[in-house]
Amino acid sequence: MIRINCPVCGLRDETEFTYGGDANVKRPAMDEKDPKVWMDYVFNRSNPRGDHQEYWHHTQGCRQWVILERNTLDHTVGQCRLAKEVK
Amino acid sequence: MSQKKRLAKGGRINRGKAIKVMFDGRSYQGFEGDTLASILLANDVSLVGRSFKYHRPRGVFSAGVEEPNAMVHLREAGRHEPNVRATLAEAYDGLISSPQNAWPSLKADIGALNQVLAPFFSAGFYYKTFMGPGSGTRFWMMCEHFIRKAAGMGRAGDQEDPDHYEKINVHCDILIIGAGAAGLAAALAAGRSGLSVLLVEQDRELGGGLLDRPAGEDSDSWLQETVDQVRAMETVKILTRTTAFGAYDGDVYGLVERVWDHAAEAPEYQVRQRYWQVRTKQAILATGLIERPLVFGGNDKPGVMLSGAVRSYLNRYGVLPGQHVIVSTTNNSAYDTASELAAAGARVILCDVRKAVPVKLSERVAASGVQLMTGHAVLEAKGFGKVTSALITPVDETGRATGLAEQIPCDLIAVSAGFAPVLHLWSQRAGKPDYDSEKGCFVPKADSIPSMTCVGGMIGNGSIKTSVTDGFKAGLAAAEACGAGIEGEAPDISFAGTDWTEMSSQIWSITKENGKASGKAFIDLQHDVTRSDIDLAHREGFVSVEHLKRYTTTGMATDQGKLSNLSALARMAELRSLAIPEVGTTTFRPPYTPISIGSVVGHDYGSHFRATRYSPIHDWHPENGAEMIEAGAWMRPWYYGASGKNLRDAYISEADHVRHHVGMVDVSTLGKIAVQGPDAAEFLNRVYVNGWKTLQPGRIRYGVMLREDGFVLDDGTTARLGEHDYFMTTTTSNAAKVLAFMEHLLQTAWQDLKVHVTSVTDQWAAIAVAGPQSRTLLQAAVTGADLSADSLPNNHLVSAEIDGIPVRIHRMSYSGELAYEVYTPSGYGYALWSQLTDVGKAYNLRPYGTEAMGALRIEKGHVAGPELDGRTTLKDLALGGFASSKKPFVGSVLKNREKLEDPARPSLVGLEFSGENRALSGALLYSQGAQTEGHGEGHVTSTTYSPALGKNIALALLAGGADRLGDTVQVVDFVGDTRCTATVVSTHFFDPEGDRQNA
Repeated sequence: MIRINCPVCGLRDETEFTYGGDANVKRPAMDEKDPKVWMDYVFNRSNPRGDHQEYWHHTQGCRQWVILERNTLDHTVGQCRLAKEVK
Repeated sequence: MSQKKRLAKGGRINRGKAIKVMFDGRSYQGFEGDTLASILLANDVSLVGRSFKYHRPRGVFSAGVEEPNAMVHLREAGRHEPNVRATLAEAYDGLISSPQNAWPSLKADIGALNQVLAPFFSAGFYYKTFMGPGSGTRFWMMCEHFIRKAAGMGRAGDQEDPDHYEKINVHCDILIIGAGAAGLAAALAAGRSGLSVLLVEQDRELGGGLLDRPAGEDSDSWLQETVDQVRAMETVKILTRTTAFGAYDGDVYGLVERVWDHAAEAPEYQVRQRYWQVRTKQAILATGLIERPLVFGGNDKPGVMLSGAVRSYLNRYGVLPGQHVIVSTTNNSAYDTASELAAAGARVILCDVRKAVPVKLSERVAASGVQLMTGHAVLEAKGFGKVTSALITPVDETGRATGLAEQIPCDLIAVSAGFAPVLHLWSQRAGKPDYDSEKGCFVPKADSIPSMTCVGGMIGNGSIKTSVTDGFKAGLAAAEACGAGIEGEAPDISFAGTDWTEMSSQIWSITKENGKASGKAFIDLQHDVTRSDIDLAHREGFVSVEHLKRYTTTGMATDQGKLSNLSALARMAELRSLAIPEVGTTTFRPPYTPISIGSVVGHDYGSHFRATRYSPIHDWHPENGAEMIEAGAWMRPWYYGASGKNLRDAYISEADHVRHHVGMVDVSTLGKIAVQGPDAAEFLNRVYVNGWKTLQPGRIRYGVMLREDGFVLDDGTTARLGEHDYFMTTTTSNAAKVLAFMEHLLQTAWQDLKVHVTSVTDQWAAIAVAGPQSRTLLQAAVTGADLSADSLPNNHLVSAEIDGIPVRIHRMSYSGELAYEVYTPSGYGYALWSQLTDVGKAYNLRPYGTEAMGALRIEKGHVAGPELDGRTTLKDLALGGFASSKKPFVGSVLKNREKLEDPARPSLVGLEFSGENRALSGALLYSQGAQTEGHGEGHVTSTTYSPALGKNIALALLAGGADRLGDTVQVVDFVGDTRCTATVVSTHFFDPEGDRQNA
C-alpha cells in the first residue's frame, strides 16, 4: 500500500484515495473543436516506466484532487500537490 | 510406555504441568511448552500423515514454519482447522487433532496404492492425461471429483467459526521482525532512543535459534538479561506468536497475532487472532534461516529429519528422537547436533560430504563419542513405514557415490545441506535477491530499500557475534534515520556458535555413481515432487523456473517451497549446465506463511461487510409492511405487503393506484449536489448538454450529462434556488461518480470558475407525491403556498410549511402523472412522511415502492440505470434533441465520432407483448426469421407489466431501432431458455403528449 501525503490531511493510506490517471494531460479549451485533440486528451497516455505524475482524489478525506509523483517501477512516491494550485 | 523418547531432564518445557492431547483417536501425554509435534515424537509416533500425491507415510520433518509433512486437522466443529503444521501447534490440555489425506485410516491408507502407480503420476500428469486434444476437458470433468478427493490436503470446515477476529492499525517508528540474537540486539539499541519500537516474534518465546541451544548455557543467561532489558523499555512493544507475513509499499507491514490459538477456546470477549496493519518509518528484518534438506533416496521416510530440528527437539523439548542416529551433513552446523545427541545418550555416526573439516570440530565430536565419516553421506534411507537403516557411501565433490555403499541400521537420519536465509519479506518489496556462491544461498541485495535493514542469519551471516553486533548497529542506525540518534556499544557476548558458512560444501543431493538417486528422492516433500520429475520437465523442454514450478508444482504447496525451491533450482542448473543465479529464482509474495481467512476478514462480514445507507424515513417502511431491497448501498422500499400478496400483485396495484388516485414514494436516496457560486450557471452550461443560462430562480430543468468520451453519464434535474445557488439531483447509483467528476473538472481544468460543489444527499429527505389527487392532497397539507396550476406550473418550485415542517416543493414528474417532489431537511423526513400519511387518508393516499416506480417510468419511456449503462449515446436514447448546438459541453466533440453516429447502433425502442408473453432484462433480440445465434441485434433493458395498457411491455436497445416501429422481433432469454415475440413500438407507451403531468 502506498501512502500519500495529502497537502490538506497529511499522510494517509492509499485506500482513502481514488486513482485518477495521468496528470500531465491538459484538458483542451471548451471551444476546441478538433476531435483529434479531444481523442488525445481522453485516450492517449504515455504509460511511462519510472516517474509519473498522476491524479489521485482524496474521496474519503478532503475531496481534493492531488497531483502525486509516483514511480511506476517501484512505487516510491514523491511530491504531492493540490491540483487546483497547479496551473 | 508413555513418552518413551522423552529425556529424564532438560529442555524448556514445564515438567510440572502434564497435559494430554488427542491425535488420531489416541491420547498422548506431554508437558506445557510442548508443540503437538514434540509430543508425538516424545511418544514415538513416527507416522503423522500421508503425502499429497503418493500417500506415502510421512513423519515430523522439521521444528518450525517450514514443516512439509506433519499437517493435521486441529480442533473440531466450528473451530476445525485444516493443514495445521504440528510443529507450530502449541499443545494444550485437551487438544484434539487428526491426520488428513488418509482413508480409511492413517495406517491402512488405500491411496497408498498410488505409490505403485507412481510412474503414471509424474510431472505434468494432469495436463497430459486430462487436458488438450484426445482426452479433452470432458474426461477431466468426469474424473475431477475422484482426483480431488484423493489428492489433497486437509478438509475445510463446514461450520461457522464461533470465534472473533479483529483488525488493528498501528504506527511505529521502528519495526523489528524476528527476536533472535540479532533482533533482540536491534531492539536493545533502538529501544534506548525512546522511539516507539515494535518487536515481532512468530514463536511464543523470544530468542529464535538461541532456544535450540542446550538450556542453562551462557547463551541462556545472555538471552534472559537481554529480554529483561528490552521488556523494561516502555517504548518497546513486544508481540509474540505474531507472524509478519507481508511487506508492502509505503513501509506498511501485515502481521497476524495468534492471540488464543494456544488454547481450545479464547476466553469470553477475547479474539482468537488479530490482524495488525503496521505503518513504520524504519524496519529491521532479522528473520533468520531455514535449514536445507539433503536430497537422497527415501529422504521423505518418517525418521528423516532436519538436523537443526533434531537439535531443537533435544534441547528445547527434551526429546531424543532416535537412539541410533546417522547425521548427514555438508556443513558445520550438524556438529552441534551430533555431539549433543551423543551427550544425551544416542549412538551417533556423523557423515560429512567434505573430506577436510575444521579440526576443532572433528576434535569436538570425537570427544563426545561421535563416529565421524568424512567424505561420506547417506545415499538412501531404508525401511518400510519408517527408517530402519541407511546406505552410507563415500562421495566425490559433486555428491556422487565413489565406492560401495554400506548399510547401517539406524532409527533416525538427521540431515543438513546448508541454510536458506528467510528473505521473503525483503524480496516482497525489493524483488530478486543476490546469490552468494560461497555459501550457496540467496541473500538480500545490500541497501536496496533505505527504510529496510536486514541483519543476522538472513543475510547469510554464520557468526552469532556478528549478528549481535550488526543487529545493535542496525538499531542505532534506524533511530538515527528517525531523527533520534543515540550512541552505544554492542553487547559483548561470552558465547559462540558454530559458523555453518565456514568451508561449507555446495552438495545438495547424493546420487549413485551413475548420477541417479537410489530410490525415490524427494525435492518437494509436501507436493511429492521428486528429483526425477525435475529431470523429466527438463527433458520435455522446460527452461524457465516459473514454468518448471507450475509444470511440476514444486514449491506450490502450502509451504511455498521453503525447503524445496533451492534444490529444484540447483537441479535445473545442473541439467542446463548453468550456475544457480543464471537459472533465476521465483518471486516471493505475501503471505510468508499461511494466514487464516478469519484474521483478514475480522469483523467485516455479513451486514458489517460494507456500510448500509438508510433513508431518514427508513424506519417507517418496514414498520408498515414494506419489503426492502438493496439499491447499491441503500435500502429502499420495494413494495408494500398491503398492496398485494406478492411482488407482482403489489407493484401492479401500486402503479395503478398512482394513475387513478395518489401515491407517495421515498426518493431520499437520490443523489443531491449543491452547486453554488457566481459561475454556477456557466458551470452547469458546460457539464450538461442543454442550456442553463436562461433558467430563472424558482425554476427546474431536466438535464443530461456526458462523459468526456461522449457517452451518456447521467441524467437528473437541477433547480435554481437563488442567484448563485443551484440544487442538482443525480440518479441514486451515479451520485458519487458525478460529484467526483465535477470536482475533477473544477480543480484541474476550470480553476478559474468560482463554483463549489458539495454533496447534500444526506442532508435532505425527499418524497415524491404523484397522481391526479396529488395537488389536492398537498394543498390541504401545506401552509404558505399556492399550488394551483397557475401559481406553480410544472418545473417550478416553492417553499412552504407542512404542519410546521419547512419544505421545498418541486413540481416535476417522473411517473407522468401530476406530481411533486417534497424536500425537507433530513431530520424532518420521518415526521413529514407521517404527516402526509395522515393528511393523505382522506385522499386515498398509498405508499408505493421502487418496483411500481419503475413500472410508471417504463410506461413513460424514461431512461434509468439499465439504459444509462455507459455504452449508450444521446442518440441511442433518443435524447439527442436535448443537446444544444449553440455551446460546447463536456463530450460535445467526441459524441460526434463516426462510429457513434452509425444509424445501425442499437437505439431505444419500446416492446409490447401479447398475452402472457414477457421478457426478462438482458434477453436478446433477433429479427423475425433470423437464426437465434450470437449476440443478437440488441437486448431488453427494462421490463414491466403495464397496468395502464393492460399488457407486458419493455424498453430495449435494438439495432436501427428508430426505423423499426411496427416490426416483430424474437425475444430470446438464453439463461431461462424462454422465447417469444414482441412488437416494436414507441417508448412513449402512455400519455405521449404529457397532458397528465401538465394538468
